[in-house]
Amino acid sequence: MRVVVCVKQIPDPASPFELDPDTHFLQRPEDQVLDDTDRYGVEMGLTIAEQTEGSVALVSMGPAGSLQGIRQALAMGADRAVVIDDPNLRGADSLATARVLTAAISREGFDVVIAGTESTDGYSGVVPQQIAELLNVPLLSFAKKVDLEGDRIRIERQTDYGFDLVEAAPPAVITVTSGVVEPRYPTFKGIMAAKSKPIDQVSAGELGVTTAAGQEIVAVRAAPERAAGEVIEDEGDAHLRIVQLLEQAKVI
Amino acid sequence: MAVETTWVFVEEQDGKPAAISLELLTKARTFGGDLAAVLLGAGNEDLLAQLGRYGAKKVFHLVTDDRLPAAAATAAIADLVGTHQPDLLLFGLTSTDRDVAGRLSARLGKPVISNAVDVTVEGDDIVVTNEIFGGTRLVDTVFRAGAPHLVIARPKSFAAEPDEGVAPELVTVALPDVGQAGSAVVTGRHVEQREGPQLEDAAIVVSAGRGLGSAEKLTILDELAGLLGAAVGATRAVVDADWLPYSRQVGQTGKTVKPDVYIACGLSGAMQHLVGMKDSKVIIAINKDEEAPIFGVSDLGVVGDVHQVLPKLVEALRSR
Ligand SMILES: Cc1cc2nc3c(=O)[nH]c(=O)nc-3n(C[C@H](O)[C@H](O)[C@H](O)COP(=O)(O)OP(=O)(O)OC[C@H]3O[C@@H](n4cnc5c(N)ncnc54)[C@H](O)[C@@H]3O)c2cc1C
Ligand SMILES: Nc1ncnc2c1ncn2[C@@H]1O[C@H](COP(=O)(O)O)[C@@H](O)[C@H]1O
Repeated sequence: MRVVVCVKQIPDPASPFELDPDTHFLQRPEDQVLDDTDRYGVEMGLTIAEQTEGSVALVSMGPAGSLQGIRQALAMGADRAVVIDDPNLRGADSLATARVLTAAISREGFDVVIAGTESTDGYSGVVPQQIAELLNVPLLSFAKKVDLEGDRIRIERQTDYGFDLVEAAPPAVITVTSGVVEPRYPTFKGIMAAKSKPIDQVSAGELGVTTAAGQEIVAVRAAPERAAGEVIEDEGDAHLRIVQLLEQAKVI
Repeated sequence: MAVETTWVFVEEQDGKPAAISLELLTKARTFGGDLAAVLLGAGNEDLLAQLGRYGAKKVFHLVTDDRLPAAAATAAIADLVGTHQPDLLLFGLTSTDRDVAGRLSARLGKPVISNAVDVTVEGDDIVVTNEIFGGTRLVDTVFRAGAPHLVIARPKSFAAEPDEGVAPELVTVALPDVGQAGSAVVTGRHVEQREGPQLEDAAIVVSAGRGLGSAEKLTILDELAGLLGAAVGATRAVVDADWLPYSRQVGQTGKTVKPDVYIACGLSGAMQHLVGMKDSKVIIAINKDEEAPIFGVSDLGVVGDVHQVLPKLVEALRSR
């Protein structure tokens, strides 16, 4: 099967995210990392491609920078990548993002598109849904398990009360949760190979997409802060202080 | 333009409206104007009456079958939107709501703003407020694409309160055939045993983080919860490791809880966890790392080992 995985490069979450004071957009350094959420999608894509003698293409929208995050996904084993970096897309809302990604996915051709349930930096959690609608295909969402059986894709769809078994035939979009598979670590060979894999950098215009912002940030404010309380070191009797507080709160 | 017509999407769960829909109906009443519910489910009389009590004057009932409903529901709602021209559609941050809201946004060509904690009408603008960076900052966003505006709100952002209400007018809508896009079918349903107080409603929540060490070690938390009449919650790390099911997850992509007391055990307090529990009345945290961010929001922080503190706490409570 031809698998396309949507992956995002994000600022390393190890250091705090910052907003640009003028545009209110997230500041993005040259070196971004592969969103951890998307490592699961890449792994799932590789698994499906291995089972079906298929291929894995990556699509990604956002400032390309050093392409470090994209290379991480290529080093895992993906075959090639399309990166849409276009100054006109800075601050694009989820629908604009979905339109651009959909154009890139259609150009690649696909049987299955895989995305994460929500990105770490934007977490709108609707881009894959929008892509499925624009592609006019079913969405197998919130998959915590994915199996191929003949020409059917069967998933366990995580729900509030457990899970549903859901299935459809490709073409389809799948969103995967972060428990779905154990992502592989890139091997040395994989890292070396990634250096020469094709990365196609295109603009939105080249994909035939024009976008206008459908929403605008008008203010960023500090939220009312919750004051930190007392912190004590446990010297064998901290549980008594907890009991005291539970009594004060009148819950025991 | 103020908001003349608001629609609230209601997913039926277990024969009842999802809790978030009642919160959204309550909020939507404050906008004045017409209020309708778009119900997705099998429907029943009690449920319809309840939607009426929460302010829905009209209910568009989309009747489900064995298909995963989002694609067909989207087509049906898009048709209704074309006919009735609502200004604002409110969804909750649940799986089905997100699937429908996302698809509908693409179908209508209108943006959708997700993770809202407030929606206000200011003059001609609908202002949607989001929390970012673990709830330390608020972002206000307005729509620039014309009605209808689509918003997905976080649970527990608004209190649910019934009103006088009347029996709503019922419009039954069959889910259309949308071809391959609607071809995903639900072939089975796995429902977990639910016992004890529910996470969303419990007065006390005790939550486990990766620091508990293993699934077996969670028994001490169950004991504590039992003694306190508390519900057990968890971080995503715990859920991903399969120590507890997803229904226990607290946070951005899990449940939002606001109990009287939240006891955080061996969890770091990542941004995505904090947004789900930081509005608890009293927060108690036990973590062996004094730098753990959870201490920043705790009323009482205990720097210590959960395997030392929890057994003693259980003992102390038991002997009361
Ligand atoms: C898009 C997205 C959505 C997310 N949604 C959620 C969500 O809804 N809910 C959620 O919880 N997370 C969510 N996360 C994950 C989140 O970022 C964190 O990874 C997660 O909350 C960490 O869980 P933890 O605190 O259990 O583990 P860790 O961060 O590993 O913390 C473990 C803590 O235990 C302490 N510890 C270890 N041993 C002991 C001991 N013996 N005694 C006492 N303390 C000990 C350590 O000091 C450490 O602070 C999301 C992430 C992303 C990217
Ligand atoms: N700019 C982007 N480039 C590539 N994939 C994206 C982008 N934005 C979102 N996605 C995909 O959609 C998923 C959900 O993202 P979001 O809707 O932003 O929470 C992510 O896990 C990605 O798989």
